[in-house]
Amino acid sequence: MARLFMKGTEAVAEAAVRAGCRFFAGYPITPQNEVPEYLSRRMPEVGGVFIQGESEVASISMVYGAASAGTRSMTSSSSPGIALKSEGISYCASALIPMVYSNFARGGPGVGSIQPAQQDYFQATKASGNGGFQMMVFAPSSVQEAVDLTYEAFDLADRDRNPVCILADGVIATMMESVEFPPMKSNVEIDAIKESKREWALVGHDFEKEKRAWIEPGHWQTKDMQKANEDAAAMYLEWEKDIRVEEYGLEDAEIVLTSYGISARVVKSAVSILRAEGIKAGYIRPITVNPFPYGAYDHINYDKCKAVLNVEMSIPAQFGVDVKVGVKDRCPIEHCLCSGGNIISRNAVLDAAKKIMKG
Amino acid sequence: METNLCIAGFGGQGVMTMGKFLADATCNATEKKVTFFPSYGAEQRGGTANCYVVISDEEIGAPLGDVMDDLVVMNAPSLAKFLPILKSGGTLFINSSIVSDDISRSDVKLVKAPVTEIALEMGNAKVLNVIMLGVYVGYTEVLEPEVVWETIKHKLSSKPKLLPLNKEAFEKGLVLGHSQK
Repeated sequence: MARLFMKGTEAVAEAAVRAGCRFFAGYPITPQNEVPEYLSRRMPEVGGVFIQGESEVASISMVYGAASAGTRSMTSSSSPGIALKSEGISYCASALIPMVYSNFARGGPGVGSIQPAQQDYFQATKASGNGGFQMMVFAPSSVQEAVDLTYEAFDLADRDRNPVCILADGVIATMMESVEFPPMKSNVEIDAIKESKREWALVGHDFEKEKRAWIEPGHWQTKDMQKANEDAAAMYLEWEKDIRVEEYGLEDAEIVLTSYGISARVVKSAVSILRAEGIKAGYIRPITVNPFPYGAYDHINYDKCKAVLNVEMSIPAQFGVDVKVGVKDRCPIEHCLCSGGNIISRNAVLDAAKKIMKG
Repeated sequence: METNLCIAGFGGQGVMTMGKFLADATCNATEKKVTFFPSYGAEQRGGTANCYVVISDEEIGAPLGDVMDDLVVMNAPSLAKFLPILKSGGTLFINSSIVSDDISRSDVKLVKAPVTEIALEMGNAKVLNVIMLGVYVGYTEVLEPEVVWETIKHKLSSKPKLLPLNKEAFEKGLVLGHSQK
């Protein structure tokens, strides 16, 4: 297939359609309005349903309902909108309902700013709602990667019967880049996916009580609630095998730059410049930020590495806290940060790295 | 080889469209990497608008670079705002119909194009961005003009009545850009 030149938001929306998503409910918010806009056109073309809900809470609740009926379902928003959706996300996690949502993050807290930011890291990876549940969280750093991860997210959501989060930002949302799409799932495949959920989904069951499907976002008995928590915790441990990370030049690196999402591509280009200038720089980019690839930081050669430079669009650092867990005090961690809608500057990253190397 | 371009002007002057035409043509007709990044706040017609296009042989890092190789300025406020990020030896393209300020830097190349006047003479003020795109392509030769025209034609396919006007605008720009090399 020829490459197309598309906006991140529209490309993510098309990837969802190709993955068999046939229900989308959302509510407008900058900088991701093109997701609902695109799907309002596209869903009717493929026999799917698009709904602009009356609010974020309504939209996520509709997704909860549609996904409970076995349909691959999605919602999308940006930071403050995701905060409003957190109730429904937590309900989906508790009721074991697979769904996918994308957060094209902007500055915060509160209404914050409408420009790109990475200030929802803790929200996405640690607490996207009440109750201590976890999700797989993917952090794409290009439009192509956003497409590939969104496409795959639906499989993982179904596998685990759990929400999956695409944690992007306003740059990935609004920038245009060339992209190639994965194949369109056929109606036969989509029907088979739905049928595979028969055991638990509300796809039509006999009336007898023991044959009914039962969706509930909690348990009346504390022993049942604890059992659900234990089962979830066991599943989270299995995600170790799903960890994805990009590493470069760690064997001989005197400085290791680490970053995720949009910042990471800026960092990667900075690392090439540093190498070209004779500075032995390495690079770690988690693609899954939950589960977090703490083990990647064991690959750093700490006999040679002077410092790890954490780069992210959040003040104070959030991603940097996970980096600290991975580095385990084996070398100092420095930070190059911006926030509030400002986009990370390659020159700032280069300056920070050179300062460490001189110091 | 990587080229960072910033196009800046008023909302409504078509600066986003100009950037998209160029980036889309690059994607369609070459093997190069290309990004288009629009920068806007809560703005509307008459406010400021600017976009960034990066064209590269290698993987692109920042879709919004720190310094620009080329800068297209469509109005006076954009000149003051963006001239500092044009690299030394870079090229400044100005809409000389309405940007009359003296250029405060002598270390950049200047390409003047009175695109507002030309567009008005042609009877449609809206084509100033396509004229400027012609100037840019004519001067930089970043892409074959035919390739860019094919993209414009494709993008305007739902409005075939506008094609002759846009073709004339693009060609006028090409000549003007080429003549200042």
